[in-house]
Amino acid sequence: MERIIEWMSQPWPWYVAGPLITLTMLLLLFAGKSFGVSDTLRTTCAIGGGGKVSDFFDFDWRKQVWNLVFVLGAVIGGFIASTWLQQPEPIPLAQDTVVKLQELGISNPGANYLPEEIFSWDSLFTLRGFVMLVFGGFLIGFGARYAGGCTSGHAISGLSNLQLPSLIAVIGFFIGGLIMTYLLLPVILTL
Amino acid sequence: MKYFTYLSIGTLFGIIMTKSQAISWYRIYEMFRFDAFHMYGIIGSAVILGIISVALIKKYKFKSTEGMPISFTAKNMSIPRYLFGGTIFGLGWAMTGACPGPIYTLLGTGYSVILVVLLSAILGTLTYGVVKNRLPH
Repeated sequence: MERIIEWMSQPWPWYVAGPLITLTMLLLLFAGKSFGVSDTLRTTCAIGGGGKVSDFFDFDWRKQVWNLVFVLGAVIGGFIASTWLQQPEPIPLAQDTVVKLQELGISNPGANYLPEEIFSWDSLFTLRGFVMLVFGGFLIGFGARYAGGCTSGHAISGLSNLQLPSLIAVIGFFIGGLIMTYLLLPVILTL
Repeated sequence: MKYFTYLSIGTLFGIIMTKSQAISWYRIYEMFRFDAFHMYGIIGSAVILGIISVALIKKYKFKSTEGMPISFTAKNMSIPRYLFGGTIFGLGWAMTGACPGPIYTLLGTGYSVILVVLLSAILGTLTYGVVKNRLPH
């Protein structure tokens, strides 16, 4: 058992993780549901009474409770993996990425999952932290619903079903991601 | 019992996202800089296997555990909706380094400040619902 845990605690390579994500999608399909995480944000708005401000949130959210249970599982999975399956080594990032991030003032790239300089409560009260956490989160929620899905709904579920709209959405994800990474982040990170 | 199934699948998903480091801001930054194959390998292999699986489900008309045929709904065609919405999402994804799945997973790994990202994402969704009739779709 100890050896199994030790083996599972190694970082999982892409060819293990990718097929397991397909498995996640398939398990949900066979359970009669579909894989799309950002729907939970809309459901939360509906439960919170969003139907009063827009008919977009006026639907029977009870049929979506399963998805909230699914993401609660994701929270538990994150807890299990970081508590009992934690790898001792830093994330093996590409050297070019590490150098670039150090230039931008990130002191220890890969030491943790997230840069502490940005993802901490102290940082939230700085301009840089506020923009990245609050504005960034807002764009995710707004964009995912505008596009009708996020990485799971479009990039995984949609592309698996050969949906052209999903391909257009994924191209959009990359247009936005590249603009942010190359043009905006260098400015925001040095705020 | 049904809910236990969804909870278990979600737990599996959270472990995968954590152990593959797909929840890491650094991995997303690295992906958008094309510095490593890691994220492309994860998404690419998931999609290729997904395409094969979905094709097999359709060909052999598999049923769900509830006995209903597994159905796939085609998405309505539009360019502005997916392109603009996708671009806005991409800006947020590259900024926070997290899409919705990792946002939930990161909460479990102990980064409590991600709650701010989650609440902001809910606010963004709410805002979309209010202004959606004024946007090109």
